[in-house]
Amino acid sequence: MLRPVFSLKHRAGACAIRYFGLALAVAAIAHRGSAQDTPLVSGGIGFFTSTNGGNTSYYPTVEPLLAAPIGQRVLFESRAALLESISPNGGNQPGYGHTHFIGLSYMQGDYIASPHFTVVGGDYLIPFNTYNERLSPIWIGNFQDGPLIAPLGVFSGGSGLGGMARGNAISRSGYSIDYTYFYSVRSGNEQFNAHRGTGGRASLYLPEKRLEMGLSYDRLLQGTHENFYGAHAWWEPKDTSFRLRSEFARGHHAQGYWVEADYRTHAFGGLDSAIGRIEPVFRMQQTFRRDTIVSDGLPPVNTQRADFGLDYNLPHNTRIFSSYARQFSSTGNRNVWETGIVYRFLFPAWKGRQP
Amino acid sequence: MNSKYCLFGVLVLASASVLATAAQQSGASAAAPAKKSAAQKQAVQPPDEGERAFQQHCSRCHTAPEGFPPSISGTIVRHMRVRAALSQRDETALLHFFNP
Repeated sequence: MLRPVFSLKHRAGACAIRYFGLALAVAAIAHRGSAQDTPLVSGGIGFFTSTNGGNTSYYPTVEPLLAAPIGQRVLFESRAALLESISPNGGNQPGYGHTHFIGLSYMQGDYIASPHFTVVGGDYLIPFNTYNERLSPIWIGNFQDGPLIAPLGVFSGGSGLGGMARGNAISRSGYSIDYTYFYSVRSGNEQFNAHRGTGGRASLYLPEKRLEMGLSYDRLLQGTHENFYGAHAWWEPKDTSFRLRSEFARGHHAQGYWVEADYRTHAFGGLDSAIGRIEPVFRMQQTFRRDTIVSDGLPPVNTQRADFGLDYNLPHNTRIFSSYARQFSSTGNRNVWETGIVYRFLFPAWKGRQP
Repeated sequence: MNSKYCLFGVLVLASASVLATAAQQSGASAAAPAKKSAAQKQAVQPPDEGERAFQQHCSRCHTAPEGFPPSISGTIVRHMRVRAALSQRDETALLHFFNP
């Protein structure tokens, strides 16, 4: 199973491509920045496999990202996903079938109003906990599939349509606090489907301890008005390549958590040595049902899952993923084997002026 | 079921402890990973504000790309300012780090 790409709302592929192309054209016309502000295209291109119950599926994926500054205070950014899913035919039929998705993950404009206040408008990723905004790109996450609780707090689709305020509220040498607040309108538009809701997140970061803690809350304002609560804690000891990340989320019908640790060693010639490029990863997660209503994307029964991964960071921005997961639940235990390779690209959208 | 929860909790704590201990032990020899790949030309310079900002904010989520043209350094920093809620001080330091 590939990581949840919430924004793949089965949007018409041609429209998504058209929007992305339009964004690029607008950026080209509007670009009037400095010599260092040339619009860029970044993203990842990957190939993943997932073996579940003896059936192996294949997922070639491309996730391009466009970022284009306009003037001194505006940034336009967008990310899209193109995914092909190739899976064995069911019902003892031989061969493979395939489906494809093309969609915009987000498309937003950012206006930097002051050093502490940025206004975001458009179709944006909902800032609930950390996974949706930070770890969902295929070139960032340590596992190819997302945590079980990822659907909680992001209103099913993962993105909102409307406005958001965000920024760094306080920044001192000993600590900093950042915040986000968003309001999303309801939209049934095929291209920008969204739920009505509001919420936000506040995080405290202690740079000396390399410790980040945050709280999230949002509320769905349509249908059954459900509340979602989240908390996250990240710790990355100074001068090491050890990272410990964790999240807890509680929804109306279910709750759960995940804890993830990864490490690269400097002991055998640094991170760029053959040994230093190896990255063992471990993730533990549990979900708990609060009632029998299964409408939030979490497993229908209490579930525990342990993921053991071994990633390898090749030169030239290429990364190999491999993982084994054992999932336990009352409906049956299962193994999930996953492999993948991702190349991250980053280049100017066009030739800019020389700095 | 409770015993399973306990077992998983113990597994998590044990894994975290082992990894944290290993990380702390090798910390003394740790180099600046982000600096090496993000701005290879600066690899031998002493740590500065930009490197500090990079390690505190950028490396929190991702490893650094292996070099990029200076023409997009301002765009990267502005993108990260919004995404990572960088302060103005960190934004300036990062921009200087990418364009010494």
